[in-house]
Amino acid sequence: MRRAVLIAIPYAWLLALFLVPFGIVLKISLSDTAIAIPPYVPTLDLAEGWTGFRTFLSELDFENFVWLTEDDLYWKAYLSSFKIALIATFFTLLVGYPMAYGMARAPQEWRPTLMMLVILPFWTSFLIRVYAWMGILSNEGFLNQILLWLGVISEPLTLLNTNKAVYIGIVYTYLPFMILPIYAALDRLDGSLIEAAEDLGCSRLQAFWLVTIPLSRPGIIAGSFLVFIPVLGEFVIPSLLGGSGTLMIGKVLWEEFFSNRDWPVASAVAVVLLLILVIPIVLFQRNQQKQAEAEQ
Amino acid sequence: MTRLSWFNVVSLTLGFAFLYIPMLILIIFSFNESKLVTVWAGFSTKWYGELMQNEAFLNAAWVTVKVAVMSSTLATVLGTMAAYVMVRGGRFMGRTLFSGMIYAPLVMPEVITGLSLLLLFIGIGLDRGVLTIVLAHTTFSMCYVSVVVSSRLVTFDRSLEEAALDLGCSPSEAFRLVTLPIIAPAVISGWLLAFTLSLDDLVIASFASGPSATTLPIKIFSAVRLGVSPEINALSTLMIAVVTVGVITASLVSKRAMVRQKQEEQAAARVT
Repeated sequence: MRRAVLIAIPYAWLLALFLVPFGIVLKISLSDTAIAIPPYVPTLDLAEGWTGFRTFLSELDFENFVWLTEDDLYWKAYLSSFKIALIATFFTLLVGYPMAYGMARAPQEWRPTLMMLVILPFWTSFLIRVYAWMGILSNEGFLNQILLWLGVISEPLTLLNTNKAVYIGIVYTYLPFMILPIYAALDRLDGSLIEAAEDLGCSRLQAFWLVTIPLSRPGIIAGSFLVFIPVLGEFVIPSLLGGSGTLMIGKVLWEEFFSNRDWPVASAVAVVLLLILVIPIVLFQRNQQKQAEAEQ
Repeated sequence: MTRLSWFNVVSLTLGFAFLYIPMLILIIFSFNESKLVTVWAGFSTKWYGELMQNEAFLNAAWVTVKVAVMSSTLATVLGTMAAYVMVRGGRFMGRTLFSGMIYAPLVMPEVITGLSLLLLFIGIGLDRGVLTIVLAHTTFSMCYVSVVVSSRLVTFDRSLEEAALDLGCSPSEAFRLVTLPIIAPAVISGWLLAFTLSLDDLVIASFASGPSATTLPIKIFSAVRLGVSPEINALSTLMIAVVTVGVITASLVSKRAMVRQKQEEQAAARVT
């Protein structure tokens, strides 16, 4: 009896506030747009029961989804989100791996402090961390001032409101997600394997390339997915650091909803985004499972 | 492998510089006399003074803290229950769906979570305000809490619980007297995580809030869209200070607790 209550409370909560809302998104994505409040014509009327469901099925149309393929804004936005997420993940790996590697080779007594230094930014507000870059990257910002002073450039670079700023923002804010799993993998790595490789005639670089990197692969994969998946639907970074040319699907969805007030299309955008996300999520899950099995 | 090469030292130095210099610049310019956030014009704390008089920001801050306390507490209760059910509940109908619903919000883009909750609130005719933000935040943060707590429950020696039951505890007593004290650190860090997630959240709160309630991130976002301002720098500095002090205290407290636990274990080992 007690057990049933214990199960029922969180279960009911998640059903009501996670699954049902999701069903509503799906339903509205199949409705027609209308100039009204709320701005859509429901095609599924639950009050009519079974007959309502049947008329819903017979009138079912995917016009919002068709619209997504016709207007090239949407598929361009999906494609460009995918591209930005992919490139940004690569750069995050490029910055994160050497840091994780350095942490794993640092003296044992430093490691908790280094770990804390990686995690601390994660606890500070995401919005503030993105905002910090606005002052640095603007035309008269800190970075341009330093570069001008050093004489590297003679005219300020335009960085803010471009895709470059978006990449910098993503690498900066998602770096801890990349470092931590790689560090965990490197920390478990048996140092004697590298010694063995060196004894057998590998140079340091070869040992790193042939032993360390392959053995830390689960960490690299986990970190890359942990960056890639959330970046795909990112909203704050493209809207603050990106320009009008930065197309990302999270931003499109937001504008479709708040500016255009087109709820059915916004819902259809959400449904498609989720379908796209299923692939990396399943791959990530499989990687985690394989790793857990390998550990046992 | 504790051989730091020059490459390791350089990459760690550059990496941490990259992580911390932007924050440092932000903090330094919050004490700038000039309204321009990029040109230094002398030390001043006037932006902090102006911030303290900004009614809108203060109200938003109050709403944010209220929402964070309520939603993180609710999320901790629900998340701990969910973790317990997942780890100890055995088989029950719809278990797969349940675990799916716990993990899905962790990877769901915030824009989708926000949109779906907003459509629900409108659908059932709930006025958007503090209540709806609390409901929204509780829903996604309970999943984080349940992941944190269940990772502790998995490693927990179950025979302790069974011993308590054998010695005559009721299941709820065993939970309160044995399980809860052992998983307490995880429950507390779950609460802290839920609290900061709620403080931080912009996207979901924007969807779930109405004209009657605005949270600090929403206020900051709309101010920042117009450009950089020293007042926002001052506000950010205060928030960074609070978080830094909080995280360092929490880690020191948990370190002390760990040391004490080790000592007790050693003492117990000596007795037996």
